[in-house]
Amino acid sequence: MSESKIRIALILPDVLGTYGDGGNVIVLAQRLHWRGHQVEVVEVDVDSPVPNDCDIYLLGGGEDTAQQAAVTLLRRHPGMQQAIDKGAAVFAICAGLQVLGTSFTGADGILHGGLGLLDVTTTPMGRRAIGELIAKPDPALGIGTLTGFENHGGATKIGTDARALGTVIHGVGNGVDRFEGVYQGKVIGTYLHGPALARNPELADLLIQWATGLQLAPLDLPEVDLLRRERLAIAD
Amino acid sequence: MSAPLDGRTRVAVQLGKAASWLSRAAGRGSGAIIGGRVALALEPRALERLTSGRRVILVTGTNGKTTTTRMITEALGARGEIATNATGANMPDGHVAALMNKPKAGYAVLEVDEMHLDQVAEQAHPAMLVLLNLSRDQLDRVGEIRTVEQRIRKVVEANPNAVVVANADDPFIVSAAQSAKDVEWVAMGSSWRGDSASCPRCGHHIDTSTTEWHCTCGLRRPTPGWTFDGDTVTAPDGTKLELNLQLPGAFNRGNAAVALATAYRQGVRFQDIVMKLNQVSSVDGRYRDVNVNGRKARLLLAKNPASWLASLDLISDGDRPMVLVVNSREADGFDVSWLWDVHFEQLLGRRVVVAGGRAADLSVRLKYADVPHTVVKDSVAAIQSLPPGDVDVLANYTAFRDLVAKVGSEK
Repeated sequence: MSESKIRIALILPDVLGTYGDGGNVIVLAQRLHWRGHQVEVVEVDVDSPVPNDCDIYLLGGGEDTAQQAAVTLLRRHPGMQQAIDKGAAVFAICAGLQVLGTSFTGADGILHGGLGLLDVTTTPMGRRAIGELIAKPDPALGIGTLTGFENHGGATKIGTDARALGTVIHGVGNGVDRFEGVYQGKVIGTYLHGPALARNPELADLLIQWATGLQLAPLDLPEVDLLRRERLAIAD
Repeated sequence: MSAPLDGRTRVAVQLGKAASWLSRAAGRGSGAIIGGRVALALEPRALERLTSGRRVILVTGTNGKTTTTRMITEALGARGEIATNATGANMPDGHVAALMNKPKAGYAVLEVDEMHLDQVAEQAHPAMLVLLNLSRDQLDRVGEIRTVEQRIRKVVEANPNAVVVANADDPFIVSAAQSAKDVEWVAMGSSWRGDSASCPRCGHHIDTSTTEWHCTCGLRRPTPGWTFDGDTVTAPDGTKLELNLQLPGAFNRGNAAVALATAYRQGVRFQDIVMKLNQVSSVDGRYRDVNVNGRKARLLLAKNPASWLASLDLISDGDRPMVLVVNSREADGFDVSWLWDVHFEQLLGRRVVVAGGRAADLSVRLKYADVPHTVVKDSVAAIQSLPPGDVDVLANYTAFRDLVAKVGSEK
């Protein structure tokens, strides 16, 4: 595996990536580089077909118009959906999470169909959730406490085919049943900006393992440990 | 000359000044804003009354407001007394305070927070609107920049007689300004494209890889009358003007080109404007060198991703060690995820110390950028951790303010 390049696709980075989510690709790429793997990042814009041979797909946060552009693009070029069938992992934040659900209602009150990759529906929450978000992850995932910064007006309800990524300790999260985020197969959705993978290195490595099957040696990053201690302390 | 005030406004102004004096006497800062606040509470139309009969120039945008306001004020200096909010107090209370303190000034040059431009313009009836740029500022506080653009557009439409000076390189500013009858388009240049990649009008992708950007919906870069190349500004009539600014960086040459266009439209001669612009050496504490225990620290303010990018471009030419300070108090915005939109990778090879309340976040960002650094939370201690000599200090809003309060008086 270390011989071939690991490919990471960024879906519409110029409109989905409002809150530093572009940092997630920096984190994934570096964590692979530091372990001696080669990485190729593919930026997918509105005019380019979505490749079906990437290992990890990333969708960030954005505005309503960007969400509709993403749905249109991913329906016209179902490369990501084909890649999921072959074992690729997807990490979608905020607006990205909503796009991957079965439906979402925007600030304009209009119901939009989503891609149906996550069994969730999103409706306006009636207020905006802004602030630090901390969640206890689903124990089945075997990762540490989740931390990030949320900034969204959507409430997301999880259906029977998907599971919550975690349970909220501090903040709002999905805004339904004290859950934060969702996962279904290897597709993860979350309201954690920050960016999420910088603050949650075990989540980053979980995505890499899901997508590549690599056995990853732990990385010693005291900078990240310090940041996590500071951010998690606000819930104490 | 300004018009005489009505009785109610006169009383409001006098009480405001008294409040301002009391605040100063109690050692609670310069007292300017409190005075404006008191006057506004007593006379909600104080801004209209106080601007009546004056020629008003409003300056707005995400970055460069304070510097450009100062430059325009300097350039107009020969035309008489000017009321201006030089310290960046850019909400209506700050405007009222500035106008109260210069009751006889015939000109008012006011820096205006972009979310308050409509409110201020409605009362101040501007003769000129200066529109610099729009990019994301505090992610968790200010609304989407599309909303801001639409509000500025309405101000332009509501003031058809105002002369507009606008940045031709920013799609959001072009969208806001293009309906104006009389526009001086200035090619200010921009290295930040993070927000303008999608069209303010239709949301589609704009190809910003070329200077002559355009969108399929028809929004396109207007032909600028004012351009600059290095230190040379070219005016619409082809006149070449050589700048020799003390303020560093391409973004300050862009601000100077805007000040040139503005003062020129007020009838000031080119050579007089250039001379005044060249004399500006620091703006509200920014760009100033201060001595910190033998370290000559140049203080730079960067409030948001666009200004961090521009400032890093500016200081990355040199080889000075640098101190980066980031806080996340309310005035900064609580969300620091924008650190990941700034290209810190270019600092490789520099000696870097990170400080401030969010030093840990910056440290993780630099780690992933492969930039070695040390963490010293206190910003003054961070400067002192470096060997004596020149240091560049780049700080966000409250970090900068705290630092100036601590070391600003040390020459």
